[in-house]
Amino acid sequence: MSTILDLLVQGAQMALVLLLAPFLTGLVRKVKARLLRRRGPPVLQPYRDLIRLFRKEVVLAHNASWLFRVAPYLIFAATWVAVALVPTFATGLTFSWSADLIAITALIGGARFFLALAGMDVGTSFGGIGASREVMIASLAEPAMIMITFTVALIAGSTQLSSIAQFMLSPEAGLSVSLGLALVALIIVSLAENARVPVDNPATHLELTMVHEAMVLEYSGRHLAMVELAASLKLLLYVSLIACIFAPWGLAAPGAGPIALAVGAFSYLVKLTIGAGLLGLFETAIAKMRVFRVPEFLGGAFMLGLLATLLLFVLRSH
Amino acid sequence: MDGFIFDVAHLFAGGLVLASLMLLYQRRLYALLNVFAVQAFVLALSVAWQAYIQDAPHLYITAAIALVFKAIVIPVVLHRMIVRLGIHREIETVVGIGPTMLVGMGLVALSTVVMLQVAGAVDPLAREDLAFALSVVLLGLLLMVTRRNAVSQVVGFMSVENGLVLAATGARGMPFVVEISVAFSILIAFIVIGIFLFRIRERFDTVDIETIDSFRGELR
Repeated sequence: MSTILDLLVQGAQMALVLLLAPFLTGLVRKVKARLLRRRGPPVLQPYRDLIRLFRKEVVLAHNASWLFRVAPYLIFAATWVAVALVPTFATGLTFSWSADLIAITALIGGARFFLALAGMDVGTSFGGIGASREVMIASLAEPAMIMITFTVALIAGSTQLSSIAQFMLSPEAGLSVSLGLALVALIIVSLAENARVPVDNPATHLELTMVHEAMVLEYSGRHLAMVELAASLKLLLYVSLIACIFAPWGLAAPGAGPIALAVGAFSYLVKLTIGAGLLGLFETAIAKMRVFRVPEFLGGAFMLGLLATLLLFVLRSH
Repeated sequence: MDGFIFDVAHLFAGGLVLASLMLLYQRRLYALLNVFAVQAFVLALSVAWQAYIQDAPHLYITAAIALVFKAIVIPVVLHRMIVRLGIHREIETVVGIGPTMLVGMGLVALSTVVMLQVAGAVDPLAREDLAFALSVVLLGLLLMVTRRNAVSQVVGFMSVENGLVLAATGARGMPFVVEISVAFSILIAFIVIGIFLFRIRERFDTVDIETIDSFRGELR
C-alpha cells in the first residue's frame, strides 16, 4: 500500500512539473512585459502556443535524418526525468534516491548534446552557429556546475538533493560564505544554461547573436512543441534546484501526511512566483552581453565555485 | 555562539578575498574604484567584528579609519583625479582577464596551503584570517603587476594595505601605535603617489607606465 502511495506522490510530482513549466515561462514573460509598461500576453499563452503547435503539421527539410526527428523526444524525455528527480514540494520521493545532483547535470548535458546534434543535422548555417555557441557555453558552464556540486556536497555531506535539502533545514547549516558564493555561481550557470538575457535573448528570432533559437530554427509542429516544452521544463528545473538547495522551507519530509504535502505544494508555488519575478526584474535591468564576453561571465561563476570550495577547505582544516 | 562568531568572521574575511578577485575582474576605472570602496567597507566591518570579539576598543578606531579614509575619502579623491586626468576609458591590462583570474585563484590556493602549513598551531580564527590576508596581499600585488594604468596600480597598492590591516587585526596584541602609523604612512604614500601621477602625466602625456620602460632621461 505504501509503495503505491509513494508512486502516486512521485507521479503527482512528474505531472505537476509538466503542468507548471509553461506557466513559469508565461509568468516570466508577463513580468518582463509589465516592467516595460506593456500589457504583455496572458500568462496562459505558452499553453495555447503548445496546443497550437501540437495540432500543426510537421515540415521537414529534405536532408533531415532520423536523428532530427528523434531528437525532440529524447531532449524532452531527458529533461523531464531530470526535473522529476529534483525535490519540488516533498523530499525523499521514490525516484529521488536513484539519482543525485551529478546525474541531473549529466541528464541535462545529454539533452543538450542531442539538441546540438539536431541543430547541425540539417546543415543550415544558423544551426551550426547556434550549436557551436551552445557547446562553447556548455563547456564553460559545466565545470562551474561541478564546482557548485562539490561545494554543496562538502557542506551537506551528500550529493543527494533530498539529503541536502534536509541538511539545509537543520540548524547545523548555519551561515556560510561558501554557500553564498555557490548561490551566485548557480544563478550565473542557470542564466547561461537557460539562454536567458546576459548570455542569450529568449525573445529573439533571426538575429546573429541568438544561440538557443538558432538551433531550433528548423523545427516545426509537434517537434517544436517538444523542444519548447523541454526548454520550459529546464527553466523550471533550475528554479526548483535553487529553491530546493538554498530555500528548502516548506518542503514535506519523507512519508509526510497530506497536509504537509499541501503546504509543500503551496510553498513551491510561492517560490516559483518569486523566482519568476526576480528573473523578470533581472532580465529587464541588464543588457545582453557580447558573445565574446560570455567566457569571462561564466569564468566568474567557475571562480566563485572554486573559491567557495577553497574557503571550505580552510574552514574544515582546523 | 562560538560557531556564529567564527562564521561571521569567516564571512567578512572571505568577502575581502572575493572583493580582491572582483578588482581583478573590473575593466573600467570607475567600476574599479567602486569595488575598492566596497572592499574597504567590508574591511571596516571585519575589523569592527574583531574589535567586538577580542573586546579591544582601539580596533574600533582602526575600523573607523578604514571606513572614513579608505571607503570614502580615497575613492572620492581618485575619482576626481580620474576626471582631471581625463582617463575614464578602458583599463589596458597586460594579460587578459581570464588568465589573470586563474592566476588569482592559484594565489589564493597557494596562500591557503602555505598558511595552513606554517601557522598550524595558532587558533583557527587567527590562522584563517592570516590565510585570507596573505591572499588579499598577493592579489593586490597581482593587480599592480597586470595593470599598466598608474591609477589602477594605486588601487592595487591600497588593496595590499587592506590585506595587511586584516592580518594585523586578526593577530591579537598588535600595538595600536603600529596600526596608526601604518594607516598614516599609507595616506602619505597616497598623497605622494597622487603628486607623482600628475608629474608623470605632465612629462609623458599619459599615465600608462609602459612608456617609462623605454625612457632614458633625455628630453624629447
